[in-house]
Amino acid sequence: MANVTLQQQSTVKKPPPVTQLAIRNFNFYYGKFHALKNINMDVYKSRVTAFIGPSGCGKSTLLRTLNRMYSLYPEQRADGELLLDGKNLLDGDLDVNELRARIGMVFQKPTPFPMSIYDNIAFGVRLHEKMSRGQMDERVEWALQRSALWGEVKDKLGQSGMSLSGGQQQRLCIARGIAVKPEILLLDEPTSALDPISTLRIEELIHDLKKDFTIVIVTHNMQQAARVSDYTAYMYLGELIEFDLTDSLFIKPKKKETEDYITGRFG
Amino acid sequence: MELHKKRKVINKIALALSLAAMSFGLFWLAWILITILHLGISGLSLAVFTQMTPPPGSAGGLANAIFGSFVMVGLATLIGTPIGILAGVYLAEYGRITLLGHVTRFINDILLSAPSIVIGLFIYAALVVPMGKFSAISGVIALALLVIPVVIRTTENILRLVPDSLREAASALGAPKWIMIMQVTVRASQAGIMTGILLAVARIAGETAPLLFTALSNQFWSTSMTDPMANLPVTIFRFAMSPFKDWQDLAWAGVLIITASVLVLNIVARAIFKEKITT
Amino acid sequence: MALPVRKKPSQLGDFIFANLTRSFAILALASLAGIIASLFYGAWPSIQKFGLPFLWTPDWNPPMAKFGALIPIYGTLVTSIIALVIAVPVSFGIAIFLTELSPPWLRRPLGTAIELLAAIPSIVYGMWGLLVFAPIFGQYIQPVLKATLGHIPLFGKLFEGPTLGVGLLSAGIILAIMIIPFIAAVMRDVFEITPQMLKESAYGVGATTWEVVWNVVLPYTKAGVIGGIILGLGRALGETMAVTFVIGNTNFLTNISLFSPGNSITSALANEFAEAEPGLHTAALIELGLILFVITFIVLAFSKVLLMRLQRQEGGKT
Repeated sequence: MANVTLQQQSTVKKPPPVTQLAIRNFNFYYGKFHALKNINMDVYKSRVTAFIGPSGCGKSTLLRTLNRMYSLYPEQRADGELLLDGKNLLDGDLDVNELRARIGMVFQKPTPFPMSIYDNIAFGVRLHEKMSRGQMDERVEWALQRSALWGEVKDKLGQSGMSLSGGQQQRLCIARGIAVKPEILLLDEPTSALDPISTLRIEELIHDLKKDFTIVIVTHNMQQAARVSDYTAYMYLGELIEFDLTDSLFIKPKKKETEDYITGRFG
Repeated sequence: MELHKKRKVINKIALALSLAAMSFGLFWLAWILITILHLGISGLSLAVFTQMTPPPGSAGGLANAIFGSFVMVGLATLIGTPIGILAGVYLAEYGRITLLGHVTRFINDILLSAPSIVIGLFIYAALVVPMGKFSAISGVIALALLVIPVVIRTTENILRLVPDSLREAASALGAPKWIMIMQVTVRASQAGIMTGILLAVARIAGETAPLLFTALSNQFWSTSMTDPMANLPVTIFRFAMSPFKDWQDLAWAGVLIITASVLVLNIVARAIFKEKITT
Repeated sequence: MALPVRKKPSQLGDFIFANLTRSFAILALASLAGIIASLFYGAWPSIQKFGLPFLWTPDWNPPMAKFGALIPIYGTLVTSIIALVIAVPVSFGIAIFLTELSPPWLRRPLGTAIELLAAIPSIVYGMWGLLVFAPIFGQYIQPVLKATLGHIPLFGKLFEGPTLGVGLLSAGIILAIMIIPFIAAVMRDVFEITPQMLKESAYGVGATTWEVVWNVVLPYTKAGVIGGIILGLGRALGETMAVTFVIGNTNFLTNISLFSPGNSITSALANEFAEAEPGLHTAALIELGLILFVITFIVLAFSKVLLMRLQRQEGGKT
């Protein structure tokens, strides 16, 4: 009962959540291996949702299905429903390139392309929109501003993206992701390769970005999930054990397994 | 203690032999290079670059042979490189696990190890016989066939060094595969692909066997692609095998020119791309 | 934040590009098929006339239109074997020197020097072999070999007869010099990837450098070492110019002495093909080319099978 009041308390501060992406009866297979088992959960608009769990639990796998990344690999397949605006993302006739303009992704390690900082940002935009040079300049600046990188790179937009530091590269990748103006941004352990200061900056950035984007983040770091997310899903061995408001899940988990994990008794 | 001593002695002998092997290898390299430099430079003169190949017993140069080699190696590279790159892209980006990919990779290994003289025979049968005569163009095609497998192999190997995370990052932005390949993976591999091309050029620059029965050679300045064309390697072969002193001198000059160009190409290729690539 | 107006990405580019690259991959397949088909077609008159005995008939007599491949095949195999016998131990020594013995500052320049040796065109080796090496070899080295090795019973038969300089032995030696850098470079590369930890564990129990190389590095890298040797063998079998200059170019072979001049498949082609009469002579030469192609194919296939076996034995290790 105490749990319910807690949940009510935290929702009072915010407008009620709107479901943006609904995951229904979702299963995923690597060849014969059943990697995700009957997942059901909602991703809420303008909220940060975190996936946590021990390594191998399927949290990255789940994230990578949300933008159909797995379609690159023929031996991987999925069934069930991923509903975005009522449309199932698993449908065969879906244009994945269009989908990926709506759902962006940032990876574990920074992945700057072998081109200038400017072109790194413009690359994705050019794929999906026709615009003048001036409009593109504006878009690039906007994306760099939003990812808190503008001040550091505005005088060297022509330099290679690979010349930046690791933390800057990761913010560049975030800028590249949001420049396309996606509705959802997927972050796959975005700070695992970064130092604590860079990690902090990315976390602040996530907090700032959620006004405009729905964010899903995979993290192996429970404190990070607690700091940045509104909702948390705890996964174990391919199953969704518990999904709740982050505050509730961390303070008063409903399931024994979740409690063992977050208190460090396991994993 | 006896065993210990014996082991030490064996070790000493083995390492001494290793040092001897190294010296043995360097000894030949030094001997060959010194000979080439010594005889080549004494054969070298302005006339080598300005005059035509002479009949025996008179003075002349290698101008037509140098020109012919440039033309044929250049054209063969122009033809072979795009084919090799595109086929290499197929192997690295589309055909990693497909049947066509495996078969092509195996066939390419065969082509890489095929003796170059066999390639010459093939072009003889496929082009020279139907055309009824030896021609520069058949020499070019023969050389291009040597370029292709080298470029395929290096392109595939280099592209495979590009981390998959970069491919995923491009796909995650909604890039169609061909844009991902052209603008991201190929671009990330530019230096390596360039090195592969240079090594392929270095390889065909000195090739003689495939030209013997395709382009043949020619005593004159010829620019016609449908006639025999003079070229350095075949000219060197004929001149060196001859008993005439001035022909042999010209051959040494030619050898110096070829060796120097090939070594320079190799050094430039290595400078462009530091990492190891296997051809 | 306003949603952007997006254009629909076109699928056409992907379709064109995928098929373009695929068609060039198929072109590589087609060129191999073309090589095999045209060699068969060109060799057909000879295959028809002489049949299988072509392989072991020693006569090669263009005016009488009698052709047999024994002597060129013998020359190709013998020179390649000589080359391997010399090149494999020397390359092994060079690789050990470059990975274990050499002071670090010397490794790169020496390694590069060996690699450059591999880049020198074969015609250079050939011309140098004929005009510089063979005279010295015939005058000073061959008499010594004859006076020493030549007296060993049976084995000595390989080292007798006139000391001409040119011949099967010289061709083999030139080939050895040519393939040493290929084999040495591959061996060095695979020796270098042996994990340092493995070597240190062996040193840790008191092994000498030689024992580490022989008992740890070599077993660990045997697949790569064999690959390097096969690469060298392939080069030696198919090499034309270096052999043609020094093998002596004769189709008569009366004894098994390595001093005697001979012919290899490649040197027969290089010398006779351009002047050969159309008809049986040309066909017989093309059949020689076909035989050479088959030999190199067998060597390559054999090495692939061997490497696959080795890899399977060792499980996941590559």
